[in-house]
Amino acid sequence: MARSVTQQRKAINTAVAWAVGLLIFFPILWTILTSFKTEAQAINDPPLFLFFDWTLENYAVVQERSDYMRFLWNSIIIAGGSTILGIIIAVPAAWSMAFVPSKRTKDILLWMLSTKMLPAVGVLYPIYLVFIRLGLLDTRIGLVVVLMLINLPIIIWMLYTYFKEIPGEILEAARMDGATLKEEILYVLTPMAVPGIASTLLLNIILAWNEAFWTLNLTAAKAAPLTAFIASYSSPEGLFYAKLSAASTMAIAPILILGWFSQKQLVRGLTFGAVK
Amino acid sequence: MATQHSRSAARIMMAPAVILLLGWMLVPLTMTVLFSFKKYLPLRGGDLGWVGFDNYVRFVSSSAFWPSVQVTLVIVGGVLAITVALGVLLALLLDQPMWGQGIVRILVIAPFFVMPTVSALVWKNMFMDPVNGLFAHLWKFFGAEPVSWLSEASIQSIIMIVSWQWLPFATLILLTAIQSLDSEQLEASEMDGASPLARFGYIILPHLGRAITVVVLIQTIFLLSIFAEIYVTTQGAFGTRTLTFLIFQRVLESQNVGLGSAGGVYAIILANIVAAFLMRIVGKNLDS
Repeated sequence: MARSVTQQRKAINTAVAWAVGLLIFFPILWTILTSFKTEAQAINDPPLFLFFDWTLENYAVVQERSDYMRFLWNSIIIAGGSTILGIIIAVPAAWSMAFVPSKRTKDILLWMLSTKMLPAVGVLYPIYLVFIRLGLLDTRIGLVVVLMLINLPIIIWMLYTYFKEIPGEILEAARMDGATLKEEILYVLTPMAVPGIASTLLLNIILAWNEAFWTLNLTAAKAAPLTAFIASYSSPEGLFYAKLSAASTMAIAPILILGWFSQKQLVRGLTFGAVK
Repeated sequence: MATQHSRSAARIMMAPAVILLLGWMLVPLTMTVLFSFKKYLPLRGGDLGWVGFDNYVRFVSSSAFWPSVQVTLVIVGGVLAITVALGVLLALLLDQPMWGQGIVRILVIAPFFVMPTVSALVWKNMFMDPVNGLFAHLWKFFGAEPVSWLSEASIQSIIMIVSWQWLPFATLILLTAIQSLDSEQLEASEMDGASPLARFGYIILPHLGRAITVVVLIQTIFLLSIFAEIYVTTQGAFGTRTLTFLIFQRVLESQNVGLGSAGGVYAIILANIVAAFLMRIVGKNLDS
């Protein structure tokens, strides 16, 4: 008796949760579906859900007309480059704060976090000016540096929380056995830190990929990543729903897939350890 | 424990990160503060000298200022109310036993990974367009007149788009918090005959208090500076010009850098007030 009641409750939960989940996911699903329609089918009244002539034409058109691959490549370089550069700078810093803490470690961590709170628009013109002076406007290297800097606090913070979980005794044991600092980092710490570094890498690629203030304001034609490419569809001519959908699907697909792998890290990375 | 040697090594290892962040903070900040005291029009004469607090006064007394503050607060408040309320409900729902929990979780979280320009454009065109949008089809189906969402209900539409993007974040964090709740406590209260509502009000909600605070603070910091959603939908028209967007227009569109920088300083102060609260919570957690 009790069992059937819980089974029944589980069935209701399942039905409600799936309905809500699909409702929330629907805009994405609709975008993906529309990307396989012709432009006429995309605005058909009543809307067509599954029964239309599936076509890949839009994907070809988007690539052909707007050189989609160039934007994709810019996104990959900017998101990947800024994350890797950030990790190279952050690993030593996070390591030293986790394993050789001093009285000021907490203050430094909090201060680093506070730089993340600086509203971008407040420093828009200075950065813009510096970019012009240094010839960095509309270059990938410029964006790599800016996105690295805005995400550096999160990278350091995430790595710090991961490194904190590595037991210090193991490092001491290695030291007792005569390991030098270099050996300690290379052979003892690194293997244990790899999962944490990988999660940090993942989350920050996502954040950099989707960043849409600096990428919109500091690029024009050459270095524009996918965020800017999609924004160019905001004042289109003629029928464009299917093409917009195809471009959008290509822009979000890689990151949706990465994102599903990084659900757990999302909480850690974005709440700075305040929620466990 | 830590030797003198490792201490100095630690300092060297931290140096690049600290120096970079210090530079990233101080250089542009100093420049913004300096510009804010100048009449600075790059396209019309350049640097025209010091003007004291003129820009600060002018920014606040311009007719666009108070509406922009109001819009900002309405959008931030609206999104917070929606995401926290729905986030708690969704987190409770996702915490229940069900089939295919993992897949439902993925469906719910997905919007967070969609880049802001994509979600804004998809909503704007494929849902909110008064002629071809899905909402227009739906309205016509029920015999109602389609609404031109982004001009007639512009603020509500923006709140809707941004809430869709941030609901997954709130849900995920609140779900994490619910899952850390001691289940024995809940079972004990159930045995004692507490109704589901009482359990929610007296056990779950107090337990979630801290997570809700964190969600509110972090979202506020990000929401105060939403940009792309407005940039690709209304361009600040139809009463959707937030403080961030107003500053952006002053600086890059009308190239009045002095005025825009004064606005920037206001935005920085505003963000810092919120950040101070967040820092206190995060700092307390570091000690424990």
